[in-house]
Amino acid sequence: MMLSVENLSVRFATDGGTVHAVDDVSFELAAGEILAIVGESGSGKSVTAQTVLGLTRAPNTTITGAVRFDGQDLTQLNDRQLRDIRGERIAMIFQDPMTSLNPVYRVGAQIAEMIRAHRDVSKGEARDRAVELLASVGIPNPERRVRSYPHEFSGGMRQRVMIAMALALDPDVLIADEPTTALDVTVQAQILRLLEKLNAERGLAVVMITHDLGVVAEVADRVAVMYAGQIVEDATLESLFYDPKHPYTWGLLGSLARLDQPRPVRLAQIAGQPPSLIAPPSGCRFAPRCPHAFEKCAEPPPLHDGDRCWLDLEQKRRLRDVDGRIGLRRAVAT
Amino acid sequence: MGGLIGEVEAPGEPPLPVGVPAEELRGSSPWRLAWMRLRRDRMALAFGVLFVLIVLVCLAAPLWADHVAHTGPNQNHITDKVIRDGQETYVVAPDGTPLGPGLHGQFLLGADQNGRDVMVRLLYGGRTSIFIGVIAALVTTVFAVLVGLVCGYYRGWIDAVLSRALEVVWAFPVLLLGIALGTTLSLGGLKIGSLVVAGDSLWIPILIIGFVYVPYMARPIRGEILALREKEFVEAAVAQGKGPIRIMVSELLPNVASTIIVFFTLNIANNMLLESSLSFLGAGVRPPNASWGTMIADGYQTIYTAPHLTIVPGLMIVLTVLALNVFGDGLRDALDPRAKIRLEH
Amino acid sequence: MARFIVRRTLGMIAVLFAISVIVFLIFNVIPNSDPAARIAGKNANPALIARVTTDLGLDQPLPVQYLTMMKQIFTGELTSYASSQNVVEQIWKGLPATFSLCVGAAVLWMTLAVVFGYLSAVHAGKFTDRALTVLSLVGISMPVFWLAAILLYYLSFKAQLFPTSSYVPLTKDPANWAYHLILPWITLAVLFVGFYSRVLRSNMLDVMNEDYVRTARAKGLGERQIRIKHVLRNSMIPVITLFGLDFGAVVGGGAILTETVFNLNGVGLYAGQAIGSLDLPPLIGVTMFGAFFIVLFNTIVDVLYAFLDPRIRLGTAAPA
Repeated sequence: MMLSVENLSVRFATDGGTVHAVDDVSFELAAGEILAIVGESGSGKSVTAQTVLGLTRAPNTTITGAVRFDGQDLTQLNDRQLRDIRGERIAMIFQDPMTSLNPVYRVGAQIAEMIRAHRDVSKGEARDRAVELLASVGIPNPERRVRSYPHEFSGGMRQRVMIAMALALDPDVLIADEPTTALDVTVQAQILRLLEKLNAERGLAVVMITHDLGVVAEVADRVAVMYAGQIVEDATLESLFYDPKHPYTWGLLGSLARLDQPRPVRLAQIAGQPPSLIAPPSGCRFAPRCPHAFEKCAEPPPLHDGDRCWLDLEQKRRLRDVDGRIGLRRAVAT
Repeated sequence: MGGLIGEVEAPGEPPLPVGVPAEELRGSSPWRLAWMRLRRDRMALAFGVLFVLIVLVCLAAPLWADHVAHTGPNQNHITDKVIRDGQETYVVAPDGTPLGPGLHGQFLLGADQNGRDVMVRLLYGGRTSIFIGVIAALVTTVFAVLVGLVCGYYRGWIDAVLSRALEVVWAFPVLLLGIALGTTLSLGGLKIGSLVVAGDSLWIPILIIGFVYVPYMARPIRGEILALREKEFVEAAVAQGKGPIRIMVSELLPNVASTIIVFFTLNIANNMLLESSLSFLGAGVRPPNASWGTMIADGYQTIYTAPHLTIVPGLMIVLTVLALNVFGDGLRDALDPRAKIRLEH
Repeated sequence: MARFIVRRTLGMIAVLFAISVIVFLIFNVIPNSDPAARIAGKNANPALIARVTTDLGLDQPLPVQYLTMMKQIFTGELTSYASSQNVVEQIWKGLPATFSLCVGAAVLWMTLAVVFGYLSAVHAGKFTDRALTVLSLVGISMPVFWLAAILLYYLSFKAQLFPTSSYVPLTKDPANWAYHLILPWITLAVLFVGFYSRVLRSNMLDVMNEDYVRTARAKGLGERQIRIKHVLRNSMIPVITLFGLDFGAVVGGGAILTETVFNLNGVGLYAGQAIGSLDLPPLIGVTMFGAFFIVLFNTIVDVLYAFLDPRIRLGTAAPA
């Protein structure tokens, strides 16, 4: 296993109470694999991703659990040691490339800065490498564009620049935090294609954070679904779409608009809101919104056989069928 | 200066209004939230109370004058004597040195070279300084809001003309503009049609100081209105048939209210500093009126022999302005913890 | 870019023109007394007043007086009513003292402000920050002239640490030049250090939360490198533009109080003296000088901003 997250919990102490952003999250990433972590805003997926690289460390943050990489537990490393991993072995790209690049420095300089932070090379060599990298992600005229500023690129191109920068030192793992959310759909496809290419050609393992099941379907090998700070389902791509085992997943799938089916009167929603992370429910966190909740759900279900739900397999396969497709039955009004 | 240091917005999480227990969040307006934040900022509150105390004490000047010091602010006691440490001492010694501070009801802070009771003058002077500071801030606010609203809402040539005018006033060295207006207006007073203001009236410095700071406040307000104007709720209001004045007052104004409040508070502080500078140079408050600024100017003449005459009024200014600054900061943090409200001095 | 500069320069000239008119009007239209009578003095008789009036051209229509005065400014002939001194010459003579004061104070205040602001931001919420914040707030709450008087009294008079007498030219005696300027520099700097360190602190705290700082950290850069190359660099942009404006304002008239208290023969002191006698030519001269500087620096700041922030630069975003 390339990267192994074990029972990771992240808590933030705030004036309003302790926020349990990430609660007992575990997943694994194999070499060369693309793992998608799906969830809505506030599910804790970004915090998880950023915690891997130690980016959430702060005086009011408590991190428990382990992040195992290359024989080390990253949560136990100090800042200096982490710096050797960041960019070098594990790289990360973020959601909004416009704000993720410093607007006052040229793009080439920012890439070169990263290279020279880890390798003993001259400015000229670093710059040449930057040009190569820009070319490798498909930016035309790289010798000229290397001297451009971030705002002189379009959104898609900027994200390519971020990817180029992330690849500068040939890392083993790329964590992509919603890399296409801020982009147009057509550009999105290009970026995903690029990531797939990198995965195929270099064996780059990718952790793809997203809220978009369409993106998941495009690129993922495995999927982990997060809800309210926990992983509620962990499956292969096929399994997730054809044999999902958690009601929340059913809800997500059910809410997708489908071209191959008659148009519904309205798009299905999951009723209710995600719980507050300051005082999360003591039992199953999805239970308040789940039409299939029963007495056992007052006990927190463990992650077992890839899902976190007390229903047995046969019940799951039956209940998820709503009028011929997978979905979450609307709760009966009480 | 608020107690919100160390808050971290968990990335990817919906922003929590930090500092407020979850139960209280339901249905709280931004004002309630701000008030709750302010309540937790003890430093700001303490200084706010300090300012109020200073104002109250100064307002009580006549009480002190009549019942404790038994003298008025302008009464000379040059040739008088008082009892200090059981001995009779001159209020103003033959060589011109005035009486120093002492723990007595009379001349608590000593006397000035004219034999006047410094404590009494300090309280009366404070009334003047604070009065000028606050009223001038009102003047500035009223004009700045008007100009900012009109410029931001109408844009076009009105904005162009008014903005140029603001720029010209802004380009004027503040102090020099204040001095120029102060000296000329104090000569013959102000005559606008039938409105006559005497040269030594307090309204002269009030109007000058109020006028000088209008661009500092109008520009940010104008900027905010320009941005707000593009938002949908303004379009919606126009579509509902609301007239421009109603839109400006009921839609735009409430949204800049927090900016106005913060600027107003900090403006009082700046006004008091400007008034003291102008008065020090002789272009502000004129005799027989006294302000803390004129007291410093007077005291400056005898700084080597009677430093307390200079030090004390200055300390009062520092204290009052500091109180306003700290409280204003707390207000800003409470109303919008990440605000970019800046008042150029 | 050139067009931008030209446009701003024209704007500058327009503003200066407007200011000159306003100053002229302020001094000629507002006072309700006859300038000739004021100048001629208390014991003047009507004949003297009449002569003063014609001598100084005070019987001409206002626009003519204005044009004459402007012409005199540009040709360097502007003369004081009260003292018959050439105004432009006097301003010129006052420049070294004023510049010495302002530039020295500016260097001091910017250096300290950057250090204090940086430390405050890096240690936000802790004791260092709170202490520096209190100091800053006290600093901006002090009347400049009062601080000057206090320093003068305690450090010059009582402790005899610093001289009380006036300006010593740089060219004559550099050591004494600096020695005599230390207290004035400190006085002028205190107010600005307080303000600027708070602005920088606030900017840095905002920038620290920016996404690109997170990216820099994810790239494996060291904390100090991040703080200086990314946070400080970006935070300084608004600070530098503010500085340009304030420096212009200080030279343009803000130094008047400090010069008066410390008896430095600068432009400000000259202005202060002219106030008392309501002497119009020096006051117009000094005001124009001051306004010129403020507007000049406004323009420089606008142009500089474009250099410092590539997003504002007048290039166009290249298509993808």
